[in-house]
Amino acid sequence: MSQNEPVIPKENSFLAEIVQASGETLQVCYQCQKCSAGCPLGDAMDLLPNQVLRHIQYDHREKVLGSKTIWICASCYTCSVRCPNDIDIARIMDTLRHMAIRSGITPGEKDIPVFHSVFLDEIKSRGRIHELSLILKFKSKTRDFLKDTGIGWKMFRLGKIRLLPSTFSGGKEIKEIFNSFEKGKNR
Amino acid sequence: MREVSYYPGCSLHGTAREYDESIQAVASLLHIRLHELENWTCCGASSAHCTDEALALALAARNLAIAERSDRELLVPCVACYHRFKVVEREAKEHPQNRTILYRGNVSIRYALDFFCEGSTLEELKTKLVKPLTGLKAVCYYGCLTVRPPKLTSIEDYENPQHMDRLLEVLGAEVLPWSYKTDCCGASLVVTRTDLVRKLSQRLLSMAREAEADCIVTGCTMCQANLDTRQEGLKRDAGGKFNLPVLYFTELIGLALGHKDVKKWLSRHITDPVRVLRAKGLV
Repeated sequence: MSQNEPVIPKENSFLAEIVQASGETLQVCYQCQKCSAGCPLGDAMDLLPNQVLRHIQYDHREKVLGSKTIWICASCYTCSVRCPNDIDIARIMDTLRHMAIRSGITPGEKDIPVFHSVFLDEIKSRGRIHELSLILKFKSKTRDFLKDTGIGWKMFRLGKIRLLPSTFSGGKEIKEIFNSFEKGKNR
Repeated sequence: MREVSYYPGCSLHGTAREYDESIQAVASLLHIRLHELENWTCCGASSAHCTDEALALALAARNLAIAERSDRELLVPCVACYHRFKVVEREAKEHPQNRTILYRGNVSIRYALDFFCEGSTLEELKTKLVKPLTGLKAVCYYGCLTVRPPKLTSIEDYENPQHMDRLLEVLGAEVLPWSYKTDCCGASLVVTRTDLVRKLSQRLLSMAREAEADCIVTGCTMCQANLDTRQEGLKRDAGGKFNLPVLYFTELIGLALGHKDVKKWLSRHITDPVRVLRAKGLV
């Protein structure tokens, strides 16, 4: 093997899985920490982006998939554009979230995955996001009814909140898209 | 008349209503006819790509497949939608055999800011200026996905973009330098981790104040909503409130071109922009 070729990950390892699913050769990370230095949310994370990559290299599956970090990442792509090895770290975060959902490991952040699932339910039932229904559904799941009611009321008065969702007629196609997603989940 | 397809996206039918209204108004002043995509659906936004790859691609691709029925370019005002569409475009080009997406990659996908910052449009704006924004000090807040990742956006100066700066200069505003043009506001974390978005907003607003801006200008619905609505609960280090209006670039084009509905758009903001603009003699 030449010196410039990335290490071939061990078969069936967590690293191999991530490399395969994300298409990113994250073995080449040499821990320069530029990703973490520029991350706007680094101080709210339990693992910094460079640490996530290191733990993947060491096959620490539960530690990574159960971390807060993968949910706190806002996909701003600052890390991806600054990586000297051209690793698209934001894309790896997506892959990790997909795996975390399928793994059954308790997520490190409670509400964020709930929000995503409520958001997708909203698309499934209406085709579009009706912001008021989305927020009410999310609140009913997290039992936090009082937060931001003041801002909500102000936005309503300024005409920014629609009471009724808009109508659309692409329902059948949307159902098909979600059907194949749900089939894929059970595979 | 230039004919363009238009994908407003969910937030332009709700919280970002003034963005939609001002885009429609500015387009008509520039003789651009917008054709809203028939039966468009949500692009999947951040929740789909955080959940499942194929689902995220399919939800966005459905809309591009509709756009592909005509040869018009597609105008996309929301950055989150734009990003998802460009991801699908990459997939359609790299893996044409991927059966989960019904899009072939033939639509020219145009983010609204890039679209209105084209050289020919800037020239046209110069000839149509009615009320130059003289004396208005602005900082340009591009946010994340308008410029990143450059492999998708084709923006070369993604660490220090200039196109909105040039646009506002054409409109007569004074564009101030600051270092936070492309820093993240926390986007949809506002619903789940409001604490983090408050922290990021606090920093952005403080830095815009330090640059001595009268207003922040953006083309992103998430950035606008987060910075505009979260000011109430935040305090400046020096004490007092920020009171820093956050405007869509299209509202400023409309203002400089003397559109009659400007006041209606401005009335939809939580942090009132009228006071500042009146002090400058602009409304």
